[in-house]
Order: sequence, then structure tokens, then C-alpha cells
Amino acid sequence: MKKTLRQIAGTALSTLPILAVANYDVNIPTPHSPISDQIYGLHMEILWVCLAIFVVVFGVMFYSVFAHRKSKGAVAAHFHENTTIEIIWTLIPFLILGFMAWPATQTVLAMKDASNPDMTIKVTAYQWMWQYEYLNDGVKFYSVLSTPRDQIGSTEQHGKATNEHYLLETDNNVVVPVGKKIRLLITANDVIHGWYVPQLGVNQYGIPGFIKDSWFEANEPGVFRGQCSQICGKEHGYMPIVVEAKSAEDYALWVKEQKAKQAAAESHDKVSLADPVAR
Amino acid sequence: MEATHDHAHDDHGHHPTGLARYFFTTNHKDIGSMYLWFSLIMFFVGGFMALVIRAELFQPGIQIVNPDVFNQLTTIHALVMIFGAVMPAFVGFANWQIPLMVGASDMAFARMNNWSFWLMPPAALLLVGSFLVPGGAAGSGWTLYPPLSIQGGISVDMTILAVHIMGASSIMGSINIVTTILNMRAPGMTLMRMPMFVWTWLITAYLLIAVMPVLAGAVTMLLTDRHFGTHFFNAAGGGDPTMFMHIFWFFGHPEVYIMILPAFGIISHIIPTFARKPLFGYASMVYATSSIALLSFIVWGHHMFTVGMPAAGNLFFMYATMLIAVPTGVKVFNWIATMWKGSMTFETPMLFAVAFVSLFTIGGFSGLVLAITPVDITLHNTYYVVAHFHYVLFSGAIFSIMGGAYYWLPKWTGHMYDEKLGKVHFWLTAISFNITFFPQHFLGLAGMPRRIPDYAPQFTEFNQISSVGAFLLGFSQLLFLYVIIKCIRGGVKAEAKSWEGAEGLEWTVPSPAPYHTFETPPAFH
Repeated sequence: MKKTLRQIAGTALSTLPILAVANYDVNIPTPHSPISDQIYGLHMEILWVCLAIFVVVFGVMFYSVFAHRKSKGAVAAHFHENTTIEIIWTLIPFLILGFMAWPATQTVLAMKDASNPDMTIKVTAYQWMWQYEYLNDGVKFYSVLSTPRDQIGSTEQHGKATNEHYLLETDNNVVVPVGKKIRLLITANDVIHGWYVPQLGVNQYGIPGFIKDSWFEANEPGVFRGQCSQICGKEHGYMPIVVEAKSAEDYALWVKEQKAKQAAAESHDKVSLADPVAR
Repeated sequence: MEATHDHAHDDHGHHPTGLARYFFTTNHKDIGSMYLWFSLIMFFVGGFMALVIRAELFQPGIQIVNPDVFNQLTTIHALVMIFGAVMPAFVGFANWQIPLMVGASDMAFARMNNWSFWLMPPAALLLVGSFLVPGGAAGSGWTLYPPLSIQGGISVDMTILAVHIMGASSIMGSINIVTTILNMRAPGMTLMRMPMFVWTWLITAYLLIAVMPVLAGAVTMLLTDRHFGTHFFNAAGGGDPTMFMHIFWFFGHPEVYIMILPAFGIISHIIPTFARKPLFGYASMVYATSSIALLSFIVWGHHMFTVGMPAAGNLFFMYATMLIAVPTGVKVFNWIATMWKGSMTFETPMLFAVAFVSLFTIGGFSGLVLAITPVDITLHNTYYVVAHFHYVLFSGAIFSIMGGAYYWLPKWTGHMYDEKLGKVHFWLTAISFNITFFPQHFLGLAGMPRRIPDYAPQFTEFNQISSVGAFLLGFSQLLFLYVIIKCIRGGVKAEAKSWEGAEGLEWTVPSPAPYHTFETPPAFH
């Protein structure tokens, strides 16, 4: 046991240089969508309420733990019932909960309202990649993890996670225009997956055979990363989602590019298909 | 009752010895001990899996196990801990304590009691042994969601069978407990004068009887979907994968309370004993426990906020879930009121109880955070949830089990355990528990999903802290084993009433409790 502990301690110490540039974020990442904004606010509100209750309740308990000890000569009182206080400490939590539930209800209603979108993207999850279809713009592509396999490694050959966005990078990012309400129609082809981008406030299962909707609106240009949130087999940890929010012009350019790429790919397909017939 | 009595007579003085004693025993104390040992063994098995998981997560990249095995480990770790460690431990406590606490000579159905225990080891072998079959163990997460679980190999069938067997065992155990409590109490012990542990188990047993068949139904449908061409959960055949989640969590949420209500019972004995003051608000404790049990049936949807239920569904489950905070809060307030103006000492059971009250409450708070649908959206299936349920299950259920074990060990073994080592065990456990699980809140808030074998570099630091804590936590439990063995083998002789402030019928019989107790019902005042 000592040896194991020493080994663990050794390994822990050897990572100290990493700790110098360490990441100790302790809160939800900066929100970038109206819903994630509200989620952030709700979480902070509840956190403070819980902290306040914790301090009060456990202040009382730890006071008692220190003051009412036998070793300090405390003699046990005999009370063991008080209906009034029971009613009070049943009612107060009710009020606090009501205070929490009201804003949460507003957010739920807003979150579930995917009506009147500016554009719609259909997301289909596969083991283990995503397919995106831009229903308004006719763009369609697959998106898979772009981190090289040798960085991930295996039980025989350990990899080295050198990419800055190791595991959170894809070959084709989901590009969207800033400030537009984007509706997602999410489904899956094989098993259940979860389309999860915390900064945009979306976490929605894709369920095979059913289409579920969700929405977001990126409030400024940027890259927002997430990954599959529901265990979906061996490569569950390796199907990231990268959303790139761009200005309307840049987005239009990107659509043009994509279409050109698609046209080229299609004509290539046609040739190769038509070829044997022509011969 | 008559039959039990005659049977007890037959056994007098010439019950089988050696292995046969344990195979054929109908004695609640033997069976209780077997449940507790079984639970401890499974605790170490599940703990070993947890340590492999934490070792793999020590740094980004794949080092120790490949992703497939990683998924199998998380799946079986959960099933082993829930069905193999926590539930049998409470059944062990029930077997030992309920007859002693209500003044009964044994459990109502003594032979069925033997059968409910002996079903457990084969089920455990099926679960753990499934690692050895082609394709390895089930890797779909313990919730066994289809279609992923449909894809699995024979190990999924083994898991389904194991769940069936353990479910049958639980149902039999529960029927036994309900019957014992309702029919075999000492004269004068009305329902509202029963010890709290008995109350919490009575309610728990009803929960088990209500939901175990539901789980059995769900996994049976899974089995027929896998092998007999049904389409319960396959949209192509008119089924719905979401339906499995609804059925599973209709079992799954009451299951959570099955694992915590008996813990509430144990804590409700330890605190009054060491505060030397009766439990505050006994009646309100009973009502609160019952309310929690009733509410547990209407909150399952909070496991499914990301499924895409309608707004009304989301709101209903959010409100219902938040309501649970009220009776739970009442219990915490009552425990603190019990301590208030007591004359407290802090032996190991009391340390575990105080830690239980504070750490379980942290788990309660994170539960409240997760109850808020929009916040759950961003935290669902992240490490925040992992932190949350380890706070309620480890520093909740398992702390109470450990506290309860220290509390009743003198009664079971006739010796006082080594107080100094017990306290060392407590502090090591409490500190390393927090090192392991507190940082996981931060990982979840930052967006690290659960059940991934590898993670983005920004999650490294907290994962390393958590892994170091986990190893400390795991190895500290060897000390627990040592203290128990030491206590069984000897120590200061325990008195009948082993603790100064202890109340209840179990402290009226000598320590160790004789093989047969209360053959004539005791007087209860």
C-alpha cells in the first residue's frame, strides 16, 4: 500500500509543471445564447440560496457540535417535540422553492419554444459522428473527430495529447450566423446520442426513430465546443461538436463554399457512376 | 408465527456447524451477517473497478483500459455498488436489527429469508463473471438504455438475469420485512412507537415491492427485444426507446430512496444515542419519510429532461422534484434539533452521522440545482451528476452503513471495536471522499460528460485531484475491514447496553446477542 501511495504521490508531483498553467475553472463557461444566459443566472441564484441555507443550518449544527458536548459539561435537555417549529420549517422551504420555481418556469417555457426560427438544421447522430443538414440552405455534411488517433493512444501505445483542442475538434464545424434563431431537429440513426454544447444551452438527446427539437442563438462570433452527452458505445468520448458562429456575410460565403464543394463532389460521383454505363 | 417458534426450538443447541450452518441457516442473525459480509465483499469488488476507472482518468489519453472495457467498468461498478453493496447492506441491517428492535424471535419467513440471501451470490457471479465472456461485460451504462443495450453480447443477457434474480431476492426480503414488522412486534409497540429504523425499512420494503416488478418488466422487454423479435423499444417496429427510460426511471427513482431511507433510519438512532437526548419530532420524521416515499413515484421524469418532453412535462417533474426538498429538509432540521442542547460525545458512529448530515445535505443541494430543468440541461450527464449521486450514495448511504456498523458491532460481536482506529478510518474516509468527489462538481459545471474514458486537456487538473482522492479513499477502506476483523476476534467486552445513551429493545439482550432472542415477547413500555 505504501508503495502504491508513493507511486501515486510521485506521479502527482511529476505533473506539477502542468499545474502552473492549470485550468481551475469552477463555474459554468461563459454563456453565449439567450437560454444559456438564463441558465447561468438561474444556477447562480440557486447556488447562493443553497449556500445561504447551508451556512445558517450548519452554523447552528456546528455551534451545537462545539457547545453541547458532554466533555464541556453539557447536560442533555429533554425536549423532543414542537409542532409550531415543525410547521415553520416546513413552510419556509416551500416559500424558498416558490421563489426558485418562478424564474425557472419562465426559462423552461422559453427553452421549449423553438417556433419561428430563422433557419433549421437537422442533426443526425451516428456511432460515432454527426451529420448536419441545413434545410434552408441545402448544405449537408458529416462531422467527425479530427484529433489524430496517435495522440489518443491505446493501452499498448500511449498517445500524447498535444493539440490545443484535443478531442474537442472536428473536420467539419457547424457554421451558423450570429444573432439568428437556429432550430435544431435532432435524431439518431442507431442508438441514443446527446447533442450537447453547454455555452449555447443545448443538451438534447437524438433518439432513433424520433425527431426532437431544440434551439439556440449565438450572440457573438466565436467557436463553441461540446460533445456527445449520452453513452453511445465504444467511441462515445470521441464524437465532439464544434459550432462556429460567424457574421451573416461570412456565413453566406461559407454556404457558397460548401455548395461549390458539394457540387464538385456530386459531379465526381456522377462521372464515376455513369462511367461503366458509357463504356 | 407459531411455526417459527417451533422451528427455533428444533434448532436449540444443535444447529449445523461449519459451512452447513450457513447454507441451511434460518437464523436472522446468521443471515444478517452473511448479507453484511456479502455487501462488504461487493463493496471492494465495485471499489476496485472504480479505482481502475480513476486510474484511467488520471490523465488525458488511453493508458490502462481501452474505451470498451472502460464502459464495462462504469456499468458494472454501478450495478455492483447498487445491487451488490448498498442494498444487501441495508437488508443485512434489517435482518439483524428488526427482530431485535421489535422484540421478535426471528423474521416471519425464516426459510424464505435463507433463500433471499442465497440468490444473491449467483447473481453477483453472473454480473462480475460477465467480464469473462466474449465481448466483455455490458457497457451500456447501468441504466441499460436500448438500443445500445440491444447491441451488446451475451453479457447483457447475463446482466438481465442477474437483475431478475436480485429483484426476486429483494421482493422476498421485503415481504419478509413487512410481515415481520406488521405481525411480530412486542405487545404494546404500536406503529407510532416503533424505532425509526423499523419505520424507514417498513416504507422502504413497500417501495421495493412496488418497483422491483417494474424493473423486471423493463428488462424482460429488453430481453424479448434482443432475442424474440419484439419491438418494444424499436421505432422501426412501432416501439419507442423513450418508453424504456420512462419505465426504467419509474423504478429508478424510488430505487434511489430505497438506498437512502434505511440510512435515515440508522442516523435517527445514532444521533439520539450520542446526543443522549430523544429523537426530535418522531412523528414528523415518520410523516416526512412517508412523503418522500410517495413523492418518489412522481419525479422520475427529472432523469429525462434532455429527452425532449413537452414543456408541461418538464414543469411537472421540476415542481415535483423540488417538493422533495421539503420533507428532506424537515429530516435534517429534526436531526439538528436532536443534537441541540444534547450532551454529545463523538465516537466513530456519531462522527459518521454528523458527516452524513452535512455531506448528504450537500448532495441534496446539488439535487435541488439539478431539479431546475434549465440548469439540468447544462449539467445532465456531466460529472456534476456523478458528484451529486456520490454525495447522496457514498456520504449518504455508505456513511450511514459504516456508522451503523460501528454502532451495532458491539451488539453483534460482543466486543467494542478499536475506537482509535475507527476514528482514523472515519477521518481518512471523510477527507478523501471530499477530495475525490468535490472537484467533480467543477468538472461537470465546465461541461465534462460522464462515462468517457478520455477527456479534453482543460479537465486534467480536477481529474487528477479526484483520482488521488479516490485511491486514498479506496485504500482507507482496508482499515475498515481490519477494524471489523479485529473487533470480531476480541476487544473490550461490550455490555448489553453498549452505549450510554442507547435506547431500544436490542440493548436489553446481552452482547453478543445470543443465537436466539425474544423467544417470549419482551415487555415494551
